[in-house]
Amino acid sequence: MSKVLEELKYLETHEWIREEDDGTYTVGISDYAQDALGDIVYVNLPEAGEEIQEGDSFAEVESVKSVSDVYSPASGEILEVNENLMDEPERINQDPYGAWIIRIGNAELSDKLMNSTEYEEFLENEA
Amino acid sequence: MELKTPLYEEHVRLGGTIVPFAGYLLPVQYPSGVIKEHMAVREQAGLFDVSHMGEVTFRGETALATLNHVLSNDYSDMKVGKVRYGLLLNDDGGVVDDLIVYKFSEDYYFAVVNAANRHKDVEYMKDKILPGTVMEDISDCVAQVALQGPRSFDIIRKLMKEEDIPKGYYTCKEHVDIDGMDCIISYTGYTGEKGFEIYTANENAVRLWNLLLETGKDDGLIPCGLGARDTLRLEAGMPLYGHEMDDTISPFDTNLGYGVSMDKAEFVGKEGLLKRGEPKIARVGLEMIDRGVMREHQDLYSDDRKIGHTTSGTHCPYLRKAVAMALVEKEYAEPGTELIVDVRGRKLKVRVIPLPFYKRK
Repeated sequence: MSKVLEELKYLETHEWIREEDDGTYTVGISDYAQDALGDIVYVNLPEAGEEIQEGDSFAEVESVKSVSDVYSPASGEILEVNENLMDEPERINQDPYGAWIIRIGNAELSDKLMNSTEYEEFLENEA
Repeated sequence: MELKTPLYEEHVRLGGTIVPFAGYLLPVQYPSGVIKEHMAVREQAGLFDVSHMGEVTFRGETALATLNHVLSNDYSDMKVGKVRYGLLLNDDGGVVDDLIVYKFSEDYYFAVVNAANRHKDVEYMKDKILPGTVMEDISDCVAQVALQGPRSFDIIRKLMKEEDIPKGYYTCKEHVDIDGMDCIISYTGYTGEKGFEIYTANENAVRLWNLLLETGKDDGLIPCGLGARDTLRLEAGMPLYGHEMDDTISPFDTNLGYGVSMDKAEFVGKEGLLKRGEPKIARVGLEMIDRGVMREHQDLYSDDRKIGHTTSGTHCPYLRKAVAMALVEKEYAEPGTELIVDVRGRKLKVRVIPLPFYKRK
């Protein structure tokens, strides 16, 4: 049974988005996603300063066996990327909700986002 | 519809993630994950279900002559109890499959072929068998496990008579007893570590598997899946059919010349090899200069001209870096040569390095 945090919103493609105290948003992938990927060995991060559209792939997460796109749950500007993931990509496996990938400013959230209950149901039925 | 090996239920019970491979359902990894499984083989021991592999026997007075006709290598000076690598070639000199041959007696040879090619190989060899040889595909009756890693000798010692254990690399023994089960054992493997490949009748498979896991537990033995099997063989620079060679690539193109004996008067594919002349390409190892992970079938460039492509690539758990094997124009095969790889649209810098990437001490 994979972990789902109550306070976050989720896409069907298993990304989560969190509203931070300063009005910016952080984005990462869910516990379900990191488990399905297996040992993550590399994260291909975007550059801070880039504009991003909801639904766009903004990063790639590589496990030993495969590569997966990470899709944005919001449009806006990438303010910051989590450089720690370059040296320690396995943080995503260890702490999927703590190991954020990008921070978005001026964010407009996608209307496809699910709350935690809806995401849990989605996992039970689809995944 | 995929087939199950005799160990399928064990993989499910152990929490294996089952995937289709070469027509079989096999675990790509267990809950331990590819990295832990890979490291277990490098540092202690790992156990693999390789029952999907094909086993084909050649019996009769002309068995040796048949093998020497049909395969690229020379088997005439092989002693009983030895194992030798070889290739099955098409008339063009391209590779149909690579395999290893065990010699059990002057008129009994046992070949182990790739799972994905088993039916193709048997069909291909059928009309090339000499009178006096009987070829039999016994794959469906034979289960196979691979016990690999520095602790594998210590583990097998607890289950076998010392004199039954093959001591030399690429040697084998028939009719060895493991807890009352009749087995074939060879000191061979596809990981770059010491270890064994053990064959037994299907009905013994589950007992053999569990006995090995139980016996090896204190030595750190864990079950390992196809994911680790691939990262291990790649790290050890070992070729995989369909990647480093296929029916358009000759053994000499891909640095497998040691499996070919051009001194033989004739063999299937010899004409094709002679017609090809000197190879214009070579197999190389690559490491990243820029950050990223190379995969198979990615194009390689030098000065904006495509000069080759990767054949296999991954992040290697033991070396902790991304490497790839590739086929490139000969002129670019020198270690130290810098090239560009196209990773899904991104042009990244790579460097040619010697193979193998990893060699056990």
